[in-house]
Amino acid sequence: MNATEPLRRFFAAARGAGVRISPAESIEAMRAVDAVGFADRAVLRDTLGLVLAKTVEEKQALAECFDLYFRRETPDAPPADEPADPSGEGLAGLLLGGDPAAVAQAMEAAGEAAGLPNIRFFTQRNLYTRRILDVMGLRAVEAAIGEREDAEAQLLTEAVAGLRATVRDFVERSLVLFAREETEAFREELLRSTRLSNLDRRDYDRMRVLVRAIARKLAARYARPRRRRLRGQLDLRRTIRRNMGWSGIPFVTVWKEKRIEKPRVVVLCDVSGSVAAVSQFLLMFLYALNEVLADIRSFAFAGSLIEVSEILEHQPIEPAIAEIMTRIGFGSSNYGNSLADFEEGWIGLIDRRTTVLILGDARGNRTDPRVEILERISTRAKRVVWLNPEYRNAWGTGDSDMFRYAPHCQMLRPCSTLRDLERVVTDLLEMTR
Amino acid sequence: MPYSADLPRPSARVASIEAVEQGLASCGYIPSRQIATAVYLAERLAKPVLVEGPAGVGKTELAKSIAAWLSLPLIRMQCYEGLDEAKALYEWKYGKQLLYTQILRDKIGEVLGDAASLDAALHRLHGFGDLFFSADFLEPRPLLRALQEPGGAVLLVDEVDKSDQEFEAFLLEILSDYQVTIPELGRIAATVPPVVILTSNSMRDLGDALKRRCLHLHIGFPDAALEERIIASRVPEADAALRGQLVRFVQSLRGLDLKKPPSVSETIDWARVLVLLHAGALSAEFVRETLNVLLKFEVDIETAGRQLGELTARARG
Repeated sequence: MNATEPLRRFFAAARGAGVRISPAESIEAMRAVDAVGFADRAVLRDTLGLVLAKTVEEKQALAECFDLYFRRETPDAPPADEPADPSGEGLAGLLLGGDPAAVAQAMEAAGEAAGLPNIRFFTQRNLYTRRILDVMGLRAVEAAIGEREDAEAQLLTEAVAGLRATVRDFVERSLVLFAREETEAFREELLRSTRLSNLDRRDYDRMRVLVRAIARKLAARYARPRRRRLRGQLDLRRTIRRNMGWSGIPFVTVWKEKRIEKPRVVVLCDVSGSVAAVSQFLLMFLYALNEVLADIRSFAFAGSLIEVSEILEHQPIEPAIAEIMTRIGFGSSNYGNSLADFEEGWIGLIDRRTTVLILGDARGNRTDPRVEILERISTRAKRVVWLNPEYRNAWGTGDSDMFRYAPHCQMLRPCSTLRDLERVVTDLLEMTR
Repeated sequence: MPYSADLPRPSARVASIEAVEQGLASCGYIPSRQIATAVYLAERLAKPVLVEGPAGVGKTELAKSIAAWLSLPLIRMQCYEGLDEAKALYEWKYGKQLLYTQILRDKIGEVLGDAASLDAALHRLHGFGDLFFSADFLEPRPLLRALQEPGGAVLLVDEVDKSDQEFEAFLLEILSDYQVTIPELGRIAATVPPVVILTSNSMRDLGDALKRRCLHLHIGFPDAALEERIIASRVPEADAALRGQLVRFVQSLRGLDLKKPPSVSETIDWARVLVLLHAGALSAEFVRETLNVLLKFEVDIETAGRQLGELTARARG
């Protein structure tokens, strides 16, 4: 069935737009399209959205991609298989014939023959434009124009200029469709390994998606209530039930189970000047955590410490981060003071099921680090995890108190790229096992 | 493929998307084109539909209307945290099983009494079927009932996002193959695969495995034309002029920055209230008095209250 070819290419384009499509799903989509047919564009779009997209965002992306793609393709009239007549006779006729649909069809076919779906880079535009025009037989037409000097030649010259523009446009649209897959993947890969302090503002949107994915991974694990068997306590009802077959003689015993409560998380986030470059990102992570974890309290500190749970909960991400930064950010940090603030106001939050997560560089501008407070927090809490945006070999240099705090952290990691963060989250999950 | 489009489906009435539109409309549910397409595909591909969207846009209503239209029984399973197999799939009739053992003890002497040796008695015992874990003692819960319904059924798994992840995983077998496995009895497959509708309010992200097995339908707020048709179908007493005005008003209300924008169900309620109050046309006074039908948060009522005059004037055209 040759109608599946445009669909298959559409899947490739959709993948580029960020919609994950597995082979099984593409088979499913083909069955669905079989059921509804190609005739109604809107129905076709709805159908693909229903089968392929799994979130509202994906639906949106898919719909956009659909419009972009099928403005080009004419699925109910698949392009002719044989490439246009290279002699140029056909092309001249086409151009003078004034039938844009026929020209478009010839262009499709030529694009196919020139391997247009393989286009990957911006720089290949001219190459592919030239190739398509060659396949369509432009050289012959140009030669014909050179030989004659009449009105028809004039007409042809104009038509050729028009064709050039059309083909170029066509190639550019294809580039958007087919090259996006590669470039997106490449960009994401780059983002993951770039130092957080070097990231551009324009990358924030994409970062947010990645950060959210990481936070969600953490949350999925935490949110699941886990059960543990209580040794020595028989669950009478279920034991009798289980042993009914043996007239109630308890061959198999069932023990009572205890549900383990969901752990609490307390996050302290440094937003001082020394981490200004990454604090945006740290807050982004904090915001994402707030979105996905139910029982979380968030604090931001520089010279002193404030609770920011409310702000993060009630505002969208951009204004929330801006508000936190204006309220407390950019000052010089004082870890001792901030820890003291925390102990004074919120130490009661911490019990043996609390995980304390500290995001910061431990540079207190030579103020008293008040290590003993962290020690007290550490003894009360289930664990203290410290993520430091600096490289490990910068720890302890200058005013960094990292190594003084280190003994009281159950986990201490550098966290300067997204990849680090991903690794840390995975390790955290390992620890909770 | 584990499932197939050739399976007998409960109805041949789902012949085309238009047929679905008309059928649902005849039961008072005015579907958008997208919803109709989803129902049609669900029938043709024998796949469940996962419906997401804000509260009150008619997710549950959709399942009810499909059941009414196809005259199939609606089997509803409300999900909640801690829902488990025993409540969703089946349970053994514990009391009956107990009685059975008592009877067995009384009768066993009679049945085996004349056996010459232990071997002969055992042999005779094997002759009886294993009744203890048989279908007689099985108490079917919603999921099993939906599979066993001889003429097919509409299974509504409501608010699946409220159930635990384990339960979600447990649903997978039913959703993809329309069968369940009961350890003591073996596999039970559906005679007629039910139409399965799952709804979710996005309390948590559902697993990919679940989403992959379903058609994903997102019902948003309807556009003005569709909403007017819905009101016309649900509250026929409201005349066309009032209908147009109130729908325009609600539509512009959704454009405001509200905590909980009014949904279709609120529009319907409001239309009923206006009809009861014999309102011929919207007035700022009427709107102010009845705004609490549309908006459920004090903050929202305040926000909307400030622009009430302007909104009403615009709605009146």
